Formats: sequence, structure tokens, C-alpha cells
Amino acid sequence: MNLYIQPEYEVVRDESRCIACRVCERQCANLVHSFDAETGKMKSDSTLCVNCHRCVCVCPTHALKIVKSDDTYKVNGNWSNQTINEVYRQANSGGVLLSSMGNPKEYPVFWDKMLINASQVTNPPIDPLREPMETKLWLGKRTAQVKRDKKGKLINTLAPQLELKAPILFSAMSYGSISYNAHESLARAAEELGIYYNTGEGGLHKDFYKYGKNTIVQVASGRFGVYKDYLDAAAAIEIKMGQGAKPGIGGHLPGTKISADVSETRMIPQGIDAISPAPHHDIYSIEDLRQLVYSLKEATDYKKPVIVKIAAVHNCAAIASGIARSGADIIAIDGYRGGTGAAPTRIRDNVGIPIELALAQVDERLREEGIRDEVSIIVGGSIRSSADLVKAIALGADACYIGTAALLALGCHLCRTCHEGKCNWGIATQRPDLVKRLNPDVGYKRLVNLVTAWNHELQEMMGGMGINSVEALRGNRLMLRGIGLTDTELSVLGIKYAGQSM
Amino acid sequence: MKRIYVNEKWCLGCHLCEYECAFANSHLTDMVKALKGKVIHPKIRVEDGGDVHFAVNCRHCTDAVCVRSCISGALSFEDGMVAIDQNKCVGCLTCVLVCPFGAIMPAPEGGVAQKCMLCTDNLTGEPNCVRHCINNAIVYEERD
Repeated sequence: MNLYIQPEYEVVRDESRCIACRVCERQCANLVHSFDAETGKMKSDSTLCVNCHRCVCVCPTHALKIVKSDDTYKVNGNWSNQTINEVYRQANSGGVLLSSMGNPKEYPVFWDKMLINASQVTNPPIDPLREPMETKLWLGKRTAQVKRDKKGKLINTLAPQLELKAPILFSAMSYGSISYNAHESLARAAEELGIYYNTGEGGLHKDFYKYGKNTIVQVASGRFGVYKDYLDAAAAIEIKMGQGAKPGIGGHLPGTKISADVSETRMIPQGIDAISPAPHHDIYSIEDLRQLVYSLKEATDYKKPVIVKIAAVHNCAAIASGIARSGADIIAIDGYRGGTGAAPTRIRDNVGIPIELALAQVDERLREEGIRDEVSIIVGGSIRSSADLVKAIALGADACYIGTAALLALGCHLCRTCHEGKCNWGIATQRPDLVKRLNPDVGYKRLVNLVTAWNHELQEMMGGMGINSVEALRGNRLMLRGIGLTDTELSVLGIKYAGQSM
Repeated sequence: MKRIYVNEKWCLGCHLCEYECAFANSHLTDMVKALKGKVIHPKIRVEDGGDVHFAVNCRHCTDAVCVRSCISGALSFEDGMVAIDQNKCVGCLTCVLVCPFGAIMPAPEGGVAQKCMLCTDNLTGEPNCVRHCINNAIVYEERD
């Protein structure tokens, strides 16, 4: 018996505005809308709706809206409708619940409990429209030594660096989990912005090798698509040890999303689920990690920085210390709100810790141990705005990964059903008729707009603080004050409470 | 001269352009009032064949066979655009027959032909199909 479950959201059509043009019907991959020729009216079936808002956006007369259903079980403070429905779904199917995108639960958002400083009287603010305001930065080891050759000329001992025009990178999203057109949009935007996008663990499509100087390639536990040309093409190599959305488990790409093209790029069979192992089977210690870091450096002639990406977990400060000593150039930390194309719901919603706390602890630990300059730190896992970006940098990050925000710019409406592969926005799908809905000419421009806007806002906020370069903002925690935080939270974040002076 | 081009690669077959065309040529400002309960007669038509979709409207050919075949002088070139003067049209529909794209059609009110005038003949002033195409499949640009 499959128990009927009332849909969480309902499609509401304003009959007085609907002109029955059937655009909603043609644009819904979930087949929610249909035309009744007998009555000449449109119908909709809310049980099929994933609330992606595609129909709402394309309706020329704005006749559609989607509302939360007011159908409810007997109200229960312990057993919410959702909790009950999840039990029903599992009793129906016997399966693990799957979800996509970041953790949507109402945990505290520490970004929203930090306030930024501004200059008044004694230290004047800077006007970024009239005075220089530097957002360019470099990622990599900063442990160069002053060495001279026999003629007294300086020898360059600086490790390879990544140059960014803004402290923002597009986070790892694989070809397979997202579409060809989404990747093309990210790659072209990264090139125009002078920043980087990340292939994720899905390999690099042959068409995108030309964007190599703005590409970070990932080496994950499945080693999909990894070979010499792949490593050579990139500006940097990222070893993915973990992902914020699902710490402790590997990636899972459903077979339905493995088209011929994805199969060729990943170097795996077509149509069969691609399941990455939870660990790297050759890494069980920092020493093992060091071997992989140096294998990759050796393979690429020590010309590219190596990033090690971990999920934010309880012991991440100690782990980061190990990574800094493993020879990696950059540490990427992904918070528990980070997105994914598919993850077990229980893991996504309950494993890992907030990126704000992890970042503060990692930065502090590395500074205490005197090895902060051994690595740069990139953080991700729900950087939602330039304000989050400023706060992250002030907490100690060098730069931020944005994934969800980038997808939103491409049209994503966070319906969180990427794992079904029927993305109506042409992002998280491989179905050709859906993929073509994302025209990269439009998509890349929107990404460029987003990052450009954030960079302007970053400059405005830095100017307000009287700071004229991101390098001077980094780790400047005196620019932050907590609000509504406990003493423990303040001490973990390493910031003072609002109202406390320098 | 700027013309409307359709990139088949990006055309989703949503048919929104047909409704935007009909709305623009209704000379009304409220789409619901203009189109609700009406059968539309747009000057742009989306042709669907399986996974292939393609919006077709007047190509504004440089050596337009419709202009050459018009018996009443209703069709002419205006700065490169193939224009129709419905006051001169006698409704012989020769143009409908000769257009290789099927981009001219009898007007719904009867007696005359209708075709895309690049929205120069209505309130929008710029091609409404281009402005509202959700995937930039229809573009209005200069090409060689």
C-alpha cells in the first residue's frame, strides 16, 4: 500500500488572468499543467509540483503562484507534517531519503549575528569611487625566502599562486550534476571576471580545456576523468576529501544523469550510477595525503597550487593543521549548509558544523601554530551575499567559494530536487530539451553581473571600515562584533560583543 | 539592416512569442484583456518537430519574392524592411502563396494579408517577440 501524501505546495491559478497560452504546460518537465480542450481551460496537478517556479516566471500574465498547502495533520510540536510525511515515504519505499542543495533546516546563521564596523572621525572612511580600493589577491603559500644568486639577484622562491580579481571563486560543481550549459556559463564568467570555476569531480569536458587558465580541476575519491591532460589544463588542482553537504560520504551521480557526453568526460560507463568512495582509498593519514599532494605537484612540474578541500566537521582545526603541513597550498573548507546535487537527507541535515565557526577555529589554530602563511584559506557553504563575504574575510578567509548563489544567478529557485534530473531551469539536468533552457550567453552575463555587484559592495564596505585592500581585511576580527551570541559562541568566533570597544 | 533572427539551438518551443506578438498587435495595454478567450493570429509562428523548435516570421528578404509578386503595390521596402500597406492590399494572397517561409498569412479580419512589421506598426516600437523571448533565442541584430 502506498499511502497518499498531500503535496506540500499547491499551484494556484488566477482564472481571471489565465489566457490558456499553455506556456506553463510546455515548460514543466514534471507535467503539472495540462490543457482541457473540452473546457478550454488549464488544469494543474499539485502532487507533481516541485515548486521550482519555472511556470510562475514564464507565465506572461502572471496568473500563477505557488503557495504552501494549509492541509495539516493534527498539529504536534514534536511531529511536524514533514517529519510524519518522511516516515510515510520511507514506509512506502524502504529507501534512504534523498535531498539536494544545502541544509534548509532552521539552524542559527552566524553570519546574521555578526555586525561590521565603520570608521568615524578619527580614522576616515575611504570612498571607493574616488580612491584606489584593491580587491585583487593571490592564493597560495606565502612562505618565500629571500635567496640570492651569485650575482646578488633575487631568486624567486615563491610557490605558485592563483591570482584573483575578486575574492570569489565558483565552487566545485561537476559536469553531470549540472549541465553542459551551466558549466559553459561558469567557465566563461570566470574568464571574464578573472576568477576561477571548479570542475568538481566530474572531469573536464573537452570543449572547456580552452578555459584552463580559469579552471580548478578536482581530484576526488572516484578519480573520475583524471589524467595528465586534465591536470595540465588547470590553473590549480583540488583534492576533494569532503563536501559540506555530506561529510563522510562520497558523491553519487544517478545513472539517469550519465549521458554519453558525461560518460566520456568522466571516463565511466553510460547510464550506471557513479558512486564515489567515502574515503580516498590511498589516504588514511596526513602522510598519505602528503603523498597525493606531492604526486600531483610532481605530475604538473610544481607549477600549480594544490588545494585540499574538507567538510567543516568537529575536529577541522586539527585536520587543517595537518593539511597545512602536508604541502598543500590552499585549504578549502565547506560548511554544513553547502549545496549538493544529491545527498542522503539525514546526512545533509545533521552532519557537519557551520562554516563561520569552522573558519574561525581553523584560522586561529593555524595562527597559533605559526603556519597560517603556509596556506591560503577558501571557505564555502552558503556565502549568500557580499556581507557574508566581508564577514568571512574578516574572520580569516582569503577568499570564498560560491555555489548556490551562482546557481541562483543562473535561474535556480532552490526547489531542491536536483537529484531527480528534471531541472526545469536547465541547470541540474542532462536531458537535452531541458539543458537548452539555459543559454550560456544569458547565463554567463548574469554570473558576471552577480560577482561584479558583490565586488562593488565589498569595496563599499571595506571603504566604510577605512580599509583599502582585501589583504588588510583578512583576519581583521576587530571589524566584527557579535549580536545575540553566547559567551561560548563569541569565544569560538574570536570576536567581541556589539558595544565592546577595541 | 537589423533583422529578427531565431537561433534554433536555443528555441524552447514555448510559443510565448506568438502570444507576445498577438498582444503587441492587439494595440491594447492589458494582455489579459487583449488575449483572454480569443483565438490568436500572430505573425510569428513556432514550428515544432519532435525536439526541434523554430520560430518563423518574415525574414525581410533583400530580394523579396512577395514584393515582386504583389499585384497592388501593397508590399514594398521601407529602409530594408518588407512592409505591407493593408489599405492597398486587395487580398489576392499571391504573397501568401509565394513566401518560401510561410511568413505571410491572411489577416483574421479577412480581405487582406498580414505580416511582421518589426513592431513598427504598434505601440511597442521594438519587436515584442525578441523582448520577451525567455532564452534569447529570438534576437534583433545586424548580420552580414
